[in-house]
Amino acid sequence: MSYQDTNPRNEWPLWEIFIRGQHGMSHRHVGSLHAPDAEMAIKNARDVYTRRNEGVSIWVVEAEKITASSPSDKGPMYEPSQSKVYRHPTFFDIPDDVGAM
Amino acid sequence: MYAQMVKSENTDSGPELDAFQARIDAGEKIEPKDWMPAGYRKTLIRQISQHAHSEIVGQLPEGNWITRAPTLERKAILLAKVQDEAGHGLYLYCAAETLGVSRDELTEMLLDGRMKYSSIFNYPTLTWADIGAIGWLVDGAAIMNQVPLQRTSYGPYARAMVRICKEESFHQRQGYDIMMKMAQGSEAQKRMAQDALNRYWYPSLMMFGPSDKESVHSAQSMSWRIKINSNDELRQKFVDQTVPQAEYLGLTVPDENLRLDPETGHYKFSEPDWTEFFEVLNGNGPCNKERLEARNKAWDDGQWVRDGMMAHARKKAARAASAKVVAE
Repeated sequence: MSYQDTNPRNEWPLWEIFIRGQHGMSHRHVGSLHAPDAEMAIKNARDVYTRRNEGVSIWVVEAEKITASSPSDKGPMYEPSQSKVYRHPTFFDIPDDVGAM
Repeated sequence: MYAQMVKSENTDSGPELDAFQARIDAGEKIEPKDWMPAGYRKTLIRQISQHAHSEIVGQLPEGNWITRAPTLERKAILLAKVQDEAGHGLYLYCAAETLGVSRDELTEMLLDGRMKYSSIFNYPTLTWADIGAIGWLVDGAAIMNQVPLQRTSYGPYARAMVRICKEESFHQRQGYDIMMKMAQGSEAQKRMAQDALNRYWYPSLMMFGPSDKESVHSAQSMSWRIKINSNDELRQKFVDQTVPQAEYLGLTVPDENLRLDPETGHYKFSEPDWTEFFEVLNGNGPCNKERLEARNKAWDDGQWVRDGMMAHARKKAARAASAKVVAE
């Protein structure tokens, strides 16, 4: 099925927008917008999401291309790590005499 | 408010519903892919879109004065404000879209009158002081409603509201700044400021919607945490905050019954004319026709641009794909 068939209104596709707030930080998801292509998505993202100096870099990703985990998988996905407390440094008792570690 | 009299949907029942309500009661955020009752989804679509439509239609009364702002600085500021309103509309449409509707679908429902926008934008902006009054009163009233909505249960809506609230405070201050300038100006300017307050006071009170003490919809929306305070609560808060600001300007709130109740510390005030409110909501306000015509015209006139850009994007993608095949 072509895009036209699934999109009878000829609507611009949806893009998810990620912005690096300042140098040294990761890009963060800030929202989404519609644009005909990636180039326009960046231009629109600049107007919609950085009107007050919020960013130094923009990523745009077509929303359709994102694969997300399912909320119902939350248990099997994340519960196993709950029993592995030894992954955290605070699991180990180091005597004060040893000094900072 | 920007979303007035949003009807909430009755919903299914069962263990899933109980678990859902428990999540909300625990203060958890509901995210797009989570299970939610059909009524929650429908009510949210209605409420968020009405809010989005209000931001978009709200550009019209103020846009009216961009070319006639008294100084270049005022013009630049107003332009930035109106651009923010467009941005707010877009954040909200995107939040609504996570619920499974498309933005163009929502736009169509606004344009053919199936969906509403706030009653306040059906009043005309007759003088420059109206731009001050809108920023001060209308955006002030909007803030009252939007600040608590930052804690609403639906994640994308709450996050949109956080961005909006940050920007809304600039809007109210720019309005009050205009009012201060005019109230301290010539006699004619003072009269203009007073006239703007006279005309915008009651429509601003109407923004919160009629008393919802007995409304079933409000009760449902409140238990879903998509409505946080009652209309009356917010209206009272707005009056309490705004009256001293009017006094500072040396302007008179057009209400003979207005007085501070020393016992409660709250102002007593007259109710707006609710018949007028329902008339405006039903399409019979001073500017309803003009506003919808302007939105329809913008949509129709922009059709060739939207189509042209889509066609260009497809052509470019096809070229890039065939160039890749040749290279291989």
